[in-house]
Amino acid sequence: MTKSKTIICRCEDVTLEEIEAVIKKGYTSMEEIKRITRCGMGQCQGRTCRSLLLAELAKATNTPPSEIKVTTYRPPVKNVKMSVILGGMEDEENS
Amino acid sequence: MKKTAEAVIIGGGISGLSIAYNLASRGMRDVVVLEKNYLFSGSTGRCGAGVRQQWGTEMNCALGKATCEIFENLNEMLDFEDDIEFKQGGYLMMAVTEKEVELFKKNVELQHKMGIPSVMLTPQEALDIVPELNIEGILACAFCNKDGHANPFKTMQAYAEAAKRHGAQIYTYTEATGIDVEQGRVKGVETNRGYISTEKVVIAAGAWSRHVGKLAGCDVPVRPERHQILVTEPVNPILEPMLMSFAGNIYLQQEPGGEFIMGYGPAPHETFNLSSTWDFVETMCKKATHYLPYLKNIRIVRQWAGLYEMSPDAQPILGRAEEVEGIYLATGFSGHGFMFGPITGQLMAEYIMGLPTTLPIDKLDVGRFKRGELISEPSVV
Repeated sequence: MTKSKTIICRCEDVTLEEIEAVIKKGYTSMEEIKRITRCGMGQCQGRTCRSLLLAELAKATNTPPSEIKVTTYRPPVKNVKMSVILGGMEDEENS
Repeated sequence: MKKTAEAVIIGGGISGLSIAYNLASRGMRDVVVLEKNYLFSGSTGRCGAGVRQQWGTEMNCALGKATCEIFENLNEMLDFEDDIEFKQGGYLMMAVTEKEVELFKKNVELQHKMGIPSVMLTPQEALDIVPELNIEGILACAFCNKDGHANPFKTMQAYAEAAKRHGAQIYTYTEATGIDVEQGRVKGVETNRGYISTEKVVIAAGAWSRHVGKLAGCDVPVRPERHQILVTEPVNPILEPMLMSFAGNIYLQQEPGGEFIMGYGPAPHETFNLSSTWDFVETMCKKATHYLPYLKNIRIVRQWAGLYEMSPDAQPILGRAEEVEGIYLATGFSGHGFMFGPITGQLMAEYIMGLPTTLPIDKLDVGRFKRGELISEPSVV
């Protein structure tokens, strides 16, 4: 399987080739790689790719994964429609 | 790490990187940028990314126009292999009070004098630009098709890489812990990774500028204010312009990738707290779905916060510090640091190198607060 066809982040279509290229450019923190490639910024918020990126970064920089700082987890935990949030508000107002 | 530098810039956001690029590309050697965290970690990497020319003072119109023109050519200027995603879909400013209508009319008149192609629109005409807009309560709109937004990460990356190609050094995870001053002149910067001797220090540290100023005994009158923001899942492009209302306290745009980004300003409160609140999401959803009801069916994927560095008149502070020779200030943008970043870099580089500045910056000096010459800009959120 070629690196240009190996998907790391499936929400944002980020390939292993792209990840390796930015690491090579000197971006070696997960936060920086996330912001440049959008890896982990999609709908699932990195549920799958966070650990894949961590593993690739560990390998490329020859660092134990335990020493790499992972990206911040941000709310909401699961993506949620605005109508759901508004519905909650309306219910409260009506109760 | 370098032991000496011609200039040390404290703060690796858009302002610091743009100043670094502009200094280095004008031939200054040994330019160093200190970023205490990772690149993109500060306020630029958390911003709403809007760029506008629709302002209410002559100076801001001139700055806005100049910065927009740089954004238009930035990929080429910085020889960026990627794309800063500058999208000029315009800003649609919605007036909801008679007072705002009058203000917008006055602003548009001024903008025309400054060569900015803004127009007043009736709510009906606004529907031609945003067909799904709920115009209930909107009395009039102002629109400028040259306004827009860009990708802050890519813009920072473009400046950082171009600055490096011109010989500048960017040190991440490197914090200024002291500024060495002797007989009223700056001598060097102490960092957590060693000492750099220099005769020029630029404070471009956003919300942390007051703290950095104190290291040198300089008063930099900015205070941090938390602003929250959220982003939705990507959907097909349906919203061209940035929607904005001052009285309604909202801005809302759709990125080229399809995600909606939106925020509103909090009640003034000084804090470095960057946590997200549930309250913000509720109020934001209410505001956003009022103007664009279709957003009800779109999912929120992420929320975060960033810091505005508010100056006493909500206008930038550019120039030199009064207390110490060799210290320069590029801060106080009060929520507009990203959009003004490209022109800030150019003007500050010219100023620091003793060249005539492309636009006058004397009115933006830090001394204006003591002199009581505050700038009155009516068009800020």
